[in-house]
Parts: sequence; structure tokens; C-alpha cells
Amino acid sequence: MSTTTDDRPVQDRAAPVWRRVAAQTAFETRMILRNGEQLLITIILPVMILVGLTQTDVIDLDTQGASRVDFLTPGVLALAVMSTAFTSQAIATAFDRRNGVLRLLATTPLGRGGLLAGKVLGVLLVELVQVVVISAVALLLGWEPELSGFLPALLAVLLGTAAFTSLALLLAGTLRAEGVLAVANLVLVLLAVGGGVLVPPEQMPGIMQHVAVVLPSGALGEAMRGAFLDGSVPAFSVVVLLGWTAALGWGAGKLFRWQ
Amino acid sequence: MPDSPAVVVRGLVKRYDGRAVVDGLDLVAERGAVTAVLGPNGAGKTTSVECCEGLRTPDAGEVRVLGLDPVAQARALRPRVGVMLQDGGLPTGVRALEMLRHVAAMYADPRDVDELAERLGLESFARTTVRRLSGGQRQRLALAAAVVGRPEVVFLDEPSAGMDPQSRHAVWDLVRELRGQGVGIVLTTHLMDEAEDLADHVYVVDHGQVIASGATAELLAAGETAVRVRTRPGLDVAALATVLAGAAARGTTTTSTGAATTSRADGASPAPFVVTEDEPGAYTVRGDVSPVTVAATTRWLADQGALLTQLTVGRRTLEDVFLDLTGRHLR
Repeated sequence: MSTTTDDRPVQDRAAPVWRRVAAQTAFETRMILRNGEQLLITIILPVMILVGLTQTDVIDLDTQGASRVDFLTPGVLALAVMSTAFTSQAIATAFDRRNGVLRLLATTPLGRGGLLAGKVLGVLLVELVQVVVISAVALLLGWEPELSGFLPALLAVLLGTAAFTSLALLLAGTLRAEGVLAVANLVLVLLAVGGGVLVPPEQMPGIMQHVAVVLPSGALGEAMRGAFLDGSVPAFSVVVLLGWTAALGWGAGKLFRWQ
Repeated sequence: MPDSPAVVVRGLVKRYDGRAVVDGLDLVAERGAVTAVLGPNGAGKTTSVECCEGLRTPDAGEVRVLGLDPVAQARALRPRVGVMLQDGGLPTGVRALEMLRHVAAMYADPRDVDELAERLGLESFARTTVRRLSGGQRQRLALAAAVVGRPEVVFLDEPSAGMDPQSRHAVWDLVRELRGQGVGIVLTTHLMDEAEDLADHVYVVDHGQVIASGATAELLAAGETAVRVRTRPGLDVAALATVLAGAAARGTTTTSTGAATTSRADGASPAPFVVTEDEPGAYTVRGDVSPVTVAATTRWLADQGALLTQLTVGRRTLEDVFLDLTGRHLR
């Protein structure tokens, strides 16, 4: 079969765009779920935090009348979103960039746009797995979510994913792979502890209250708690997440270096 | 447009931090031919090829692949162009054939993955993750990924770096087959034998410019012929040159050693031969080489009690062309 006798129109020589993006999505998802270190941070860590914080009193929480598991589960889901959209994605993209994977795939019919779409959809698929696992554990622990909160929570997850994926790409596209590995893990720990994810910003000490509330982590945590405790997402959190997405997305678009 | 060459580059300039890495490069690569871009490290080969692949935007000049602009018309070109990057571009956590199947999924009618894997001997490590592959195995996998979409143009950046001889021949066979099918192949290399064996056309690049180009056969034919011998080091090269000049003047090989000594003694006519010891024990005789020259050379070596271990006669190697053009010093 000779290449020169191939007289099909050029656009038909590539697989249809949905198939390319679907293939890349499946590829990205498999890569994350197969990687032991990534699983540790995206699934095992949130589950451990959920179990640890609900079954013990290591952290003194004002649950505002809610049960501990009802109060903590939304924050743990927010943390899970951050671990996948930000830490895991930043590290994976940084190493793909260093190994030339981004450049190679950009020369196939997938292109840069398809690569990005595949990454974002891959993140959402992994998040789906996380939500299923964490929710199952939370329900076993007695979680009683506000059912009207599911759609608002979905909105919060999408907004949070957008903001944190933008941050991941900004980091992965500008720093060395080893640097990204260190920074992405460190930032996740710092945000988990002092970013208003698990503990609401208003319960944090001193100046941290005001800082955490405008951080994407605090906004995502508040949005998830709003959804599952009250059935609605606070408008302020939506504005904060949109603002971060716009700023980080712009920065990533400007500064991302493919090689 | 169906008749446009595989690649046309005119006056390509690419600067990094104000320094021109590619500085007015011109190149044409035809379909159904192998075009080698040859040059020392840092000559601008990879950058030039990356401009053709649409991975870098030229600062000046024009690049056309199959008649299209690789940056502005990337979407139309990507299904028709195959790329093998110098650093492989393979994700490390994925299995070898899984990666190849993934790339194949980007095309409507890819080559048969199993057949391609067999051609390039990928089955033996099909389920090994890329991280654990040897350099040569990675290169073969990257080549497979470059051709799996049935491209019309293929760019291969240092394709046989780190390959064992068997792998190299599998790769070369595949490249020749693609050429036979009308595919235009552009390869960068600093391996002379690779360019010499594979390429129809060679561009020698240095300091971001083409310093020589031509059909491989023409480049090799240019210049004088030479006799190359390997024997023991430290022989008197000037003496051999004189003997050869004498033999050539008489046009006979029956001259005894004594006669040759006589002709060295008179030494008045300028020697038409230059003999050099390029490295210990490796000598090159350049000049008007005839059967007489070869016979006189072997006879003289016998007289010196020097055992001849290798003798080649004829055209220059591409390595000679290359070193003559780019200089023999390391960089």
C-alpha cells in the first residue's frame, strides 16, 4: 500500500477529532491511575484525612451544628480536586514536557489543542473516580449530604478544576520538572493546612482568615461546603475561582514553554 | 500542490537570545528521496528541522512542507507528516506497544501496528515500559511512531543514535522502503556512514548555514581519489611519497626497490602525491591514483617489513568531505 496513491482528502487522514481527544483522555487517565505515587496523593491521602479527622478530635472544629463527617467531607472532596487538577497534573505535565512528549504529540494530528483537551478531560475522569471512592467512604462514616447540593457542587468542582489546572500548567510550563515535583507537593500541603480547604477560612487564626478566603483553595472549600451543607454555592467563592482561572489561565497561555 | 517538493526552506533564520542559530539556511528535499542534513553538534540541524515540523516559528525566511506553511497550516499538515524527535518524546510510564497504538489512534488509516512492530523488532519489549527500554529500543519505537500514520514526509532527528548494528539495518531498510513508496525523508545525522549509505542528497550544515550540498555521489566524487592503508605506525611518509612519484613517472611497477631509492635520491621533481598519517597506523595517499600507485604502495610497505592490514582505494568518504569542510578540530 503506497502512500502516494492515497488520494483521500487530507482532513480524512486524521482520525475524527472526538476520537483523538477520547484516545488522549483515556491515555492520560490510565497514566495517572497507574502511577503509584499519584494514587497515594489523589485517593489514599484524602481518604486517610477524611477517616482521621472524622474519627478523632486532633483538630478542634466548630462544625456549626453539623456532624463532623458532614462538615469535613466537602472539604476533603475539594482537597481531592486540588490534588488531581493541580499537583498530579503539574507533575505529569512537567515530566512530559521534559521528555519531549508534549512536542511529539503536538506533531501528530492530536495537536496542542487536543492534547490540552485530553488532559482536562483526563483530570475530570480521575476526579470522578475520587468522588466515588471518597463519597463511598464518607457515606459509610455516616455522611448525609444536602441532596439539592449536587448540582452546585458539580459547578464548584468544574470551577476549581479550571483554576487549579491553570495553576498546574503555569507551573509545569515554566519550571524544571524536579522543581515542579517539589513545589507542587509543597503547595498542596500548605494549602491543605492553611488554605481554607478542610478548615473554613473564618475559623483560621489571625490574618490567615483574610488570606485563605481569597485563595482558590479557600474558595473551593467554601463552595463545596456551601453546596453540601446549605444547597448553594456562595457567590463570592464563584467570583474568586473565576478570577483565579482568568489570571492563571492567562499566565499559563503567555508563559507556557513547550520545550 | 501535489507536485510541490517534500520540503523547501529559503533563507531560514532562527535566533535564540539574539544569537542566530540558523542563519540563512536553504534546502530542498524531494519526495521519494532521502535528504541528509549533516553537521557537527550545534550546527543548527535540529533547530532547522524543528522549524519544518512546526515546533518553532522562524524569525525570517520561508519554510514549506508539501507546499504548506508548517506553523500557519499545521492542522492540514500534521496528518501528513511524521516526526521522530532527537529526545524521543516518549512518555516514560507507558508500555512500548501501548504508546505506538496510542499514536496510531490519531490517524484514520494507520499502518498495522503489529506488522510494524515486527518489522522493527519491537515485540521483544512490547510490554516493557518506556522507562526500562535501552536507547536503541526507544529509538526504534520513536521511529515506529513517526511512520505509523502513513506520512508523506518524515523527519528523523539522529535516527540511529544509540542503536546496535542490527537495529540500524532494520531502520535503514524501513527508510529505503518508505523512499520507494514516494515518501520524502529528511534525516539529520552526524554519522557519516548513515548519510553515505542512505541519502540521495546531502546538505552539510555548519554555523547555521549550508556550506556544501549535492547528490551524495557527486559530493563523494569531487576531489582527488585516495589510497587508504592500515599498517604499523611511524612509517616515513615523505619517503613513500617520493617512491610513488618515481613509480608514476616511469609508469611501471616492475621497478626494483633499488630503482625507487635512486629516484628518491634525485628528488628534483615535485612529488604529485601527498601521504599523511591521519592517526597512528592509518595512512592516506592522495594524488593521481593509478594501479601503479597501489602496486608501488604495497611493494614499499613489504620492503619496510610493515604488514598491511587494510587497503581501500577510491573516492573520498563522506567523512573526508565533512571534515574538510567543517575542520578537523573538535568542538
